Amino acid sequence: MTTDAKEPVQEMTQPPVASAPVSGNGALLSIQGLHVWYELRRFGFGHAGYVKAVDNVSFDLTHGEAVAIVGESGCGKSTLMKTILGLVKPTKGDVVFEGTNIAGLAAKQLRWYRSQVGYVQQDPYGALAPFMTVERILGEPMVINGIKAKSDRQVRMQRVMEEVKMMPIEDFIQKYPHMLSGGQQQRMVIARAMVLNPKMVVADEPVSMLDASVRVEILRLLRSLQASHNLAVMYITHDLSTVRYFSERIFVMYAGKLVEKCKVDDLLRNPLHPYTDALLAASPDPDPHNLHVFKEVPPGEPPNLIKPPPGCRFHPRCRHMIKDLCDVEEPPEYQPEERHSVACWLYR
Amino acid sequence: MSAATASIAQTAQATAADDNKLLRVEDLVMYFRTTKGEVQAVDHVDFDLHYNEAVVILGESGCGKTSLAKAILRLLPKNVGTYTGRVLLEGQDTMTLTDEEFREQIRWVKMSMVPQAAMNSLNPVLKVGDQVSEPMIVHHQVKKQEALAQARKMFDHVGVPGDFMNRYAFELSGGMRQRVALAMALVTAPSLVVLDEPTSALDVLTQANIFNTLKRIKQELEISFILITHDIATSSELADRVVVMYAGEIVEVGDSASVFVEPLHPYSRKLLASVPRLRANQDPDFIAGQPPSLLDPPTGCRFAERCPSRFEKCAETPPTIKRGRVQVKCWLHA
Repeated sequence: MTTDAKEPVQEMTQPPVASAPVSGNGALLSIQGLHVWYELRRFGFGHAGYVKAVDNVSFDLTHGEAVAIVGESGCGKSTLMKTILGLVKPTKGDVVFEGTNIAGLAAKQLRWYRSQVGYVQQDPYGALAPFMTVERILGEPMVINGIKAKSDRQVRMQRVMEEVKMMPIEDFIQKYPHMLSGGQQQRMVIARAMVLNPKMVVADEPVSMLDASVRVEILRLLRSLQASHNLAVMYITHDLSTVRYFSERIFVMYAGKLVEKCKVDDLLRNPLHPYTDALLAASPDPDPHNLHVFKEVPPGEPPNLIKPPPGCRFHPRCRHMIKDLCDVEEPPEYQPEERHSVACWLYR
Repeated sequence: MSAATASIAQTAQATAADDNKLLRVEDLVMYFRTTKGEVQAVDHVDFDLHYNEAVVILGESGCGKTSLAKAILRLLPKNVGTYTGRVLLEGQDTMTLTDEEFREQIRWVKMSMVPQAAMNSLNPVLKVGDQVSEPMIVHHQVKKQEALAQARKMFDHVGVPGDFMNRYAFELSGGMRQRVALAMALVTAPSLVVLDEPTSALDVLTQANIFNTLKRIKQELEISFILITHDIATSSELADRVVVMYAGEIVEVGDSASVFVEPLHPYSRKLLASVPRLRANQDPDFIAGQPPSLLDPPTGCRFAERCPSRFEKCAETPPTIKRGRVQVKCWLHA
């Protein structure tokens, strides 16, 4: 991590090469040194630098574990998610799922992987084909993945509709997405993600488009599926207040890097990174007292990922900035508490 | 700034004269015509707004909160069937004005609006400075130079650097564009600004920033706000009073200290209980069932079907009961 930072010039000009497959370490999903850089072109072919959307991210996810990734828009959380889903190829680093590096897989081999990983989209209406009935929406992934017998498909459909509590199934099976309410549409998306019995589900802001009264219902549903299927869940969100009802661990992402990794309770009790602190302070609860106070918000805006600031990427906005350290050298990961790591020089 | 200062002074005088009521909405009705019948989007709504006060209208999507704002500002869609009631702004009944009079005297002169997803509603081919000064030229017939100077003042108020005047919308971040849209609503120094979901597409830190700005503007310019949102937690940042809407009707109105802490209507209680909280250790609850169709809403209390404390009385239309500083439309409190 620090060696990368010492050669910023070279880092800008040399496109890294995807490394060879490596074996995992028992975790379901292991992300190691992941970089996803989008190349910028000048006049169509000249090189004009990289957008460093994900820059040196590593973590492990075990079977049945729920983890939340929190960050602002543009921090790279969607790119991270897309890389994990195999939709974007990493520039450097490995995404190892059950011992197989999916970064090196060809499109055909990816089909196996996609049956193992479900995807719950942000906007349920946009994610469901408007011309397909519920039956076809649920049936399609099974047809593609070789569940040929119609009776098999019906058994699975029945089971998955029960799991998302859309009963009786006959009421819904012939409907089109526009005939369902927002909450029901999101249940459909979850049902579709679950129909192939995946080991992991990636949920990208699954409740941000829904009404407050329905949000909790959907989060509880995801939570109960996670428990009953021993499912690993990656929950990507910008809303800290929903995280504590959902996941055990939380990763905070800022400008392409994971700045803090810990248990949710530890984060709420004792946020270590100044950015996490600011995020927590800015998230309101419904409280009439809010009316009388101004929130403390770090100045400025998240940095441009084409030319991120040297050193710690948060240093221009940080009130604990240490001169000649934070603005020069990138902070390594420290672990001041057990299972609570933070990339910040304050804990050196 | 002369025009704006003068108008603020007038506002202050009016405050004393006019019983502190900036806006009174009486028995406002707005129904939409559709092929299936009339959609009763705003159904006999009464509420009022004092000078320099912010009221938030809360409710699920489809409960009629945006329709209510549009009805107040008379931004009517083409398919409006019924549109009746009284909207008194500074004592003047705006419903009796013709459309042209309303445009000349009220809209953007006394009330303006920051529409939903305002940051994407800016004109991409105009410089934001020109865009913000345009309402001044149209409504106050001032020279362009003067309008631009006023726009620059407003940029200061909402926290946009003055040299952004010459930029285009795409050159600004989401938060900055939202501030520009706010400046455009404020530039003619109206006494009331309607904010429709002002921060729903923004990040947590940007959202906190915008609400800081709104609070400051409310103090500095003595403006009143109607805030429309389904984000209950954020609305508590600005709201002096709370209006809870359900299925086209107002079910509860009260000051934020009462409604956020101890709501009276079962719907408001459920709605507040559904908010995930960061700092309190309670599991959020959800409201089972669906809101009724506004094509043919149920007789009696519209929430009865989903209400945990329903009883026989609820088959009749509930009266509006006054409890201290709160008004609630529910038989439980009769």
